Amino acid sequence: MTTALNTLFITVEGTRLNKEGECVVVTIQDEKKAEVPLRHLRSVVCLSRAWLTPELMESCIESGIHVSFFGVTGRFLARVEGVPGGNVLLRRQQFRAADDAARTLELARALVIGKVSNARQFILHARRDAEAAHASELSETAKRLAIHLRTLESVSDLDALRGVEGIAARDYFEAFPALLKKGGAEGFSFEGRNRRPPRDPMNALLSFGYALLLQDCAGALSGVGLDPAVGFLHEERPGRLSLALDLMEEFRAPVVDRLVFSLVNRGQLKPEDFRTEFAGAVLLRDEARKAFLVAYQTAKQAKVRHAFLEQETTWGMAPHLQALLLARTVRGELDAYPPFAMHG
Amino acid sequence: MERDTWVTLSALQHLLFCERQAALIHVERIWLEDLLTASGRLLHERVDLPGHDSRRTSRVERAVLLGSDRLRVTGRADLVEYLRDATTPSGWRPYPVEVKHGRRKLLDADRVQLCAQALCLEEMHGVEVPEGAIFSGAQHRRHEVRFDAPLRRLTEESIERMHTLLRTQSVPTAVRAPKCDGCSLEPRCLPQVTAGQKRVRDYLRQRVTVET
Ligand code: SF4
Repeated sequence: MTTALNTLFITVEGTRLNKEGECVVVTIQDEKKAEVPLRHLRSVVCLSRAWLTPELMESCIESGIHVSFFGVTGRFLARVEGVPGGNVLLRRQQFRAADDAARTLELARALVIGKVSNARQFILHARRDAEAAHASELSETAKRLAIHLRTLESVSDLDALRGVEGIAARDYFEAFPALLKKGGAEGFSFEGRNRRPPRDPMNALLSFGYALLLQDCAGALSGVGLDPAVGFLHEERPGRLSLALDLMEEFRAPVVDRLVFSLVNRGQLKPEDFRTEFAGAVLLRDEARKAFLVAYQTAKQAKVRHAFLEQETTWGMAPHLQALLLARTVRGELDAYPPFAMHG
Repeated sequence: MERDTWVTLSALQHLLFCERQAALIHVERIWLEDLLTASGRLLHERVDLPGHDSRRTSRVERAVLLGSDRLRVTGRADLVEYLRDATTPSGWRPYPVEVKHGRRKLLDADRVQLCAQALCLEEMHGVEVPEGAIFSGAQHRRHEVRFDAPLRRLTEESIERMHTLLRTQSVPTAVRAPKCDGCSLEPRCLPQVTAGQKRVRDYLRQRVTVET
């Protein structure tokens, strides 16, 4: 069990949670481990099997605390939420926009612009303290991403848009080995993105980080009353949180990728923190998983400036602001969707 | 399509403060932590009411559910005092009391909300409710409010306006005003962008035309 800034993560099999007064009491094998006031809590994330009393569940639902459950392999299972926020009209407008090719294209374009623009900013930031040998390679990547950004402005259908996005993603990931620093990241390597299951430590970290980010985005979308399953850039598929995946694009690089590289380059995670199954899947060991969760929650407290809103916020709040802006765009209050973009 | 709309007493407060705020909360149903926790606190807090003649007050009801079928208004009153009054059929006359926290001065919104409670009570008990009071916690003062004709008119008009917003499901656009600074919904309303003076397309163009 780890409490990291408003989120209670349950990581020990068979943990029991119940309500005593206005507190959540955490019990592991009949031993009381912690007591957290309900009003300090935003969400409860069960990463291993846990047992919540119906009374606690009711209080969580009533006070808007999200409870989510993940399977033992880290796969998302369910999130418990009360009456959805927003209203059915907003969702109908969302569905109409998703059925309208022109609006879908414009929304998807803005989302990809956000994604590529932030990927480029991340590369530019990383170049500053990259090893000299890699600086020109990273400049080259940033340049290519800038070209892709220009192309995005003129693509005229969704397939072409997804095509450019794919190439940009490939160029971006190709720069990853250059971001690993010799000293700290000893023993780590990156030879392209793989998932289901991840087959090296870097991919294991990225997958874990994206899974957390996805849940944050899904929660932010439900919070403003949008349906996280009806997306624009990502095609709908049963069981897929398409809109949450859409929203997540602009945050992958600045939130998850940045965190993963900082943990690895500073030597906060070591190759020993991972274990490889016989079949090749790579998993984080329990302690490393906890360390990652704490680092992730801490990273969300970092301040950042919102370029469009021209106000300070935190990385943790950013998906909520973007969900709000997306809802306003769907409602027609804005002329287009302004993705969260890091300052150049 | 005729929608069967009901206005909640608290919506009137929001409406008189800002129509967009009322629509965001009651049409878009934006979930607002501050408001929820604030109203939750209110229900649990017991308020002493100094300065009141306790011989006159024979019963005090708290968190009273109220409603008017005529106006299609419903909600909860913090507190209703029932005063002995032989001139009424039941021997009681309701006297709504609204408790305000903080130091701010009384607003039309407070009077309208209280008056709406009175209109509900009149319908529920079949007696006239000529006055009530707003009790300010910080100042420990009780302000009598008379439900005169202009206040009743303003109240009924506000209720009607709220019905229209709910029926048409419309959310008025933001108009940035000084009151936005004191508005707890500001972070969800985003008046600086939704008031229409900011163009997203320009912002997107800046993102794509970067140096290569
Ligand atoms: S921020 Fe201003 S416009 Fe928006 S709801 Fe509040 S008072 Fe109304």
